Amino acid sequence: MARYLLIVDFQSGPDESPMSEWTDDEVAAHLNYYGRLNAELIANGELVGGEVLTGPDLAKVVRSDGVTPVITDGPFQEFKEWIAGYQIVDVESEERALEIAGLVSAVPGRGGVPTQQPIQVRRIMDDGPSGVEEMNAYLETASNPR
Amino acid sequence: MQEALIAAARHWSADGAPAQPRGWLLQTATRRMVDQWRSDTARREREIRVASEPETGTAAEVDDTLTVLFLCCHPVLSPTSAIALTLRAVGGLTTAEIARAFLVPESTMAQRISRAKQRVAGERFSMPSPEERPDRRRSVLRVLYLMFNEGYVGSTGDDLTRVDLSDEAIRLARHVHAADDDPEVVGLLALMLLTDARRPARTDESGTPVTLADQDRSLWDHARIAEGTALLDGAIGRGAVGEYQLQAAIAAIHDSATTADATDWPQILALYELLERMTASPVVALNRAVAAAMVHGPAAGLAVLDGVDGTLPRVDQLKAHLHELAGAHDLALTHYRRAAGRATNVAERRYLDAQVARLAGGSA
Repeated sequence: MARYLLIVDFQSGPDESPMSEWTDDEVAAHLNYYGRLNAELIANGELVGGEVLTGPDLAKVVRSDGVTPVITDGPFQEFKEWIAGYQIVDVESEERALEIAGLVSAVPGRGGVPTQQPIQVRRIMDDGPSGVEEMNAYLETASNPR
Repeated sequence: MQEALIAAARHWSADGAPAQPRGWLLQTATRRMVDQWRSDTARREREIRVASEPETGTAAEVDDTLTVLFLCCHPVLSPTSAIALTLRAVGGLTTAEIARAFLVPESTMAQRISRAKQRVAGERFSMPSPEERPDRRRSVLRVLYLMFNEGYVGSTGDDLTRVDLSDEAIRLARHVHAADDDPEVVGLLALMLLTDARRPARTDESGTPVTLADQDRSLWDHARIAEGTALLDGAIGRGAVGEYQLQAAIAAIHDSATTADATDWPQILALYELLERMTASPVVALNRAVAAAMVHGPAAGLAVLDGVDGTLPRVDQLKAHLHELAGAHDLALTHYRRAAGRATNVAERRYLDAQVARLAGGSA
């Protein structure tokens, strides 16, 4: 098993119209699709977590030298680069993670057409190799050259 | 011992030599076995109410537990679901413990187990027929092997709240073995013991893996090695040679070497060649490359790797290592960099970054 972070940002697909221009039914279909997808991932025991994030207006950046934290607004990046939300899935294979990302990207937009938003897929670090054979191959890699 | 295994395996072929599984001893469970089972029961209250209420009793209880194990490892389930269900229903772990062991939230694990239960609910609650048993046994062994894997590779930290999946897998393999001494069952148990024996030496204080060559062999669990080796000796030549016996034999050769230099690499190479023919696994090919390099030098290892999918974990690391041994530092650096970029755990990343820094510093 491996965990993956699926990131949705504000980049649009081919249809660049903002959601505020969609009809109520289109928005509802969009949200219902996400709801059904998440319900299915939960039922499968694949969904580890997922949240929708608030917008840039509430974002802060913290820097600290260990004594005095400095808190500023930001980060200042292009709107479309902002992370809108994320899901973490725990799946059998990378193929499955990519398949789920495909389902996220196919969420219906205006006119029921899949938005085709780009979904970032990032593997989360494990705390060990993924099998005895791999581990042994790793350990049997002779001695560390010195 | 290993010579006998190689000889036996040479007679093995992919479509010939069908397995001759010994009959299950369910109907003739001995008092001794029941006693052993009871002592384990005392250690942890098991829950075997997954598909039906078991009859209270002794031999019947043993039978039911094995039946539940076979059901939990049913081939309709994905390995991950089967492992989770087995731990819950046969191992008696709580959902919270299993969730922690797999680093997922309890709700996620609860769903996974619930879905797995639903999937097997419609399956027959009885031991598979004699014709089905070899296949179903393979599923059980695979699940226990993967369960052991999870524990083996996930046990680098010393988080006391995490259940030890390797210990669970060994415990369950012992129970299967008590009822079925098929050579592959014995082989799997031996493999687990011979591998687990090295655990105390496998990582340093910071959790960084220590290569086999650098491990302090005095830390190895020599009682486990002796037990695993004796089991393997008893299994070899009794029936079909399978992948678990071969892997166990390789582990036994490593474990029997008093120093890394004393390792019998030619025999390990021969065993990996057999294993690769049997499994066609690219990971086995990777291991064969290591053995070939140890026997014939780095060029031989690199030649084996030419035929291996370069995107597999650890291929770049091994190429880097072999190129360095061969004196090709630029190629070594390239492959170490690529390996570091593809690392999937923090300790590994740290190790590979250090190799990059060492080589880059040396050539700058």
